[in-house]
Amino acid sequence: MLTFVVQVADRPGVLNRIASLLRRRGFNIDSLTVGHTDAAGISRMTVVVEANAEAAPRIEANLYKLVHVRRVENVTEVATVCRDLALVKVATSVESRSQVMQLVDVFRARIVDVAPESLIIEITGTEEKVDGLVEMLRPFGVIEMARTGRLAMARGRPVAGRPETAPPVGATPTAGDESIACSV
Amino acid sequence: MSRMTGAEILWECLVREGVTDVFGYPGGAILPAYDAMLKFPIRHVLVRHEQGATHMADGYARASGRVGVAVATSGPGATNMVTGIATAMMDSSPIVCITGQVGSRLIGSDAFQETDITGITLPITKHNYLVTRAQDVASAVREAFQIAQSGRPGPVLIDITKDAQQTSVEFDWDGAAPPPVIARPVPPPNRDDVQRAMALIAAAERPLVLAGHGIMLGGAVDEFRAFVDATGIPVAVTLLGIGGLPASHPLNLGMMGMHGEAWVNTAIQEADLLIALGMRFDDRVTGNLKTYALNAKKIHVDIDAAEIGKNVPVTVGIVADLAATLRAWQPHLPKPTLTGWLNRITDLKGDSAVRDIQNLPDDGHLYAAHVINDLWHATEGRAIVVTDVGQHQMWEAQYYRHEAPRSLITSGGLGTMGFALPAAIGAKRACPDAEVWAVVGDGGFQMTMAELATAVQEQLAVKVAIINNGYLGMVRQWQEFFYDRRYAATPLLSPDFTKIAGAYGIEACTIRTRADVIPAVKTARAHAGPVVLDFQVEQEDSVYPMVPAGADLHAMIRRPNPLAETGADE
Repeated sequence: MLTFVVQVADRPGVLNRIASLLRRRGFNIDSLTVGHTDAAGISRMTVVVEANAEAAPRIEANLYKLVHVRRVENVTEVATVCRDLALVKVATSVESRSQVMQLVDVFRARIVDVAPESLIIEITGTEEKVDGLVEMLRPFGVIEMARTGRLAMARGRPVAGRPETAPPVGATPTAGDESIACSV
Repeated sequence: MSRMTGAEILWECLVREGVTDVFGYPGGAILPAYDAMLKFPIRHVLVRHEQGATHMADGYARASGRVGVAVATSGPGATNMVTGIATAMMDSSPIVCITGQVGSRLIGSDAFQETDITGITLPITKHNYLVTRAQDVASAVREAFQIAQSGRPGPVLIDITKDAQQTSVEFDWDGAAPPPVIARPVPPPNRDDVQRAMALIAAAERPLVLAGHGIMLGGAVDEFRAFVDATGIPVAVTLLGIGGLPASHPLNLGMMGMHGEAWVNTAIQEADLLIALGMRFDDRVTGNLKTYALNAKKIHVDIDAAEIGKNVPVTVGIVADLAATLRAWQPHLPKPTLTGWLNRITDLKGDSAVRDIQNLPDDGHLYAAHVINDLWHATEGRAIVVTDVGQHQMWEAQYYRHEAPRSLITSGGLGTMGFALPAAIGAKRACPDAEVWAVVGDGGFQMTMAELATAVQEQLAVKVAIINNGYLGMVRQWQEFFYDRRYAATPLLSPDFTKIAGAYGIEACTIRTRADVIPAVKTARAHAGPVVLDFQVEQEDSVYPMVPAGADLHAMIRRPNPLAETGADE
């Protein structure tokens, strides 16, 4: 799995261009999140791609060929903060509700909706942590679940270059000294 | 600044970008643009099918180096362009396609002649635009021209809604200048790369240059010639690299790949250094990658970073402008001693059968190789030759010796049958003083021969040589070699091409013997208008040598029973 942070011009169809490019080049997208940044007109994507490390420079170079792509960072081998947000609707009865609430406490999640026969739980954390809670909830009956997919941000070092700066064509990412992938 | 309609802004911007010729076909959604066109110094070529418009723009671009422009209406007009756009994308040809679109308020409603052409062309354009407001026309056109020509060139499509063409706004040329981020400046070659490349060249005993389309696209013809002359390293060319070094240059070995010269492919496999300049190690030139040039270190220079290491791992990969790179190398170039290597290549040449057919006695059969060879003689090697796709294309590449860059125009990457006639019309428009020949097969010609009417109407005197063998010849050859001669759907019935030409008022004749070839070509050259020559050649002839798809590059199928060379032809 490779994780890229891609800054793109916020234009109609830009998500389609990224997705179409990866599809056309034969790479499967594991997750893709997109949202606004602090800079006007720039959106930020975290793309997780099923590919091995040798494919990374090629994926990066191909992404740079898209006119709307401003900056690509391969953060796979860089120390990053990774977060996944999930909303999980769990079936509960009067008897089971307190057990579920204990689990929510242990995982430092939150209950955001209470209904007679179900709860909605919000959890933020690494994908492993979210998976862990979901596994614990399954015996109670998971009715519905929504997850954002991975959001990633490199730790510490500044994001070099504002999007207005032309990207270094063909530049390969320099991995940071630390190589802790996705620490909590 | 002045108030203009979106349609007027379109043409004003095209004229300011240097456009003088466009190729197109009108229709409802592009009508406002056509109406406004009459006020501008634009010569319009009315095509017979929008695919023809894109191939003409492509041929125009390849012959001249300028951006070619094609225009079509929405819906079917736009979808008919798809093949031509994909052709230009694969061969890095700078064209701008302009399509009309239904009114912006109708988009998404399945309106009459509505189609999502920006969605359709997403993977086959460098970039595309859907313009729904007149004030966005100028920036779209200016960016499109920059994108089409910069870096690795390619097609850009601009889809303009009918209301965006009709609305009047203030025209602001300066305000529409592309932002710097569009330009994507390519960094100059860095010093370390130069040193590493020079060290590899100095240490090489069996170096070989692989020269591709980038020699022409990068404007590096002179720099490349200087590099070859300084180092004395022999050169193999790709199909699209033909013309990058004159065929008569003693170090130009000829074409590599599936139908390349046997000595070239063998030399690649024996080389200890490959210097790949503006080429992309396509599967048609490498054969089986697992056994490709295993003895060689590789230097790969390309302006497209995504090409470095894509198919073949490289020792030194340089993402840079080719002309700038060669200039940076020039003062440091070593001159390795290559006598042994060049002697080895000469030995390999002596073993080759590829040229034998030229020396076949005239046994009453007309061979395609004879026709191409005689066409080369009769045109003194100076014509711009535009080929279609198939056997005749490979024979052209083998037997027409191109001295000048941009003198062979052919669909290499996509392999688009039907390309030649419209692309030749575009090339003739770009270079009216040049002699332009379309060399076509009887199959591909029938895909786009309606464009003969375009040549007549626009008085573009292209000469057409049909290599007519009554088969879809290359497919038949594969059936002969790999499908036990089961000729499924390859025998081809054709009309009397001289009567077809006659119906358009075009001079034509049929040639059946070798003695008639050169006189027919001479007559065609002397005639002021378009000419069609129908060469009825040997039906079941094959292109040799041949590397079967996916086979090792050195595992070539050679011409059976090589004939003794007479040497009479040289």
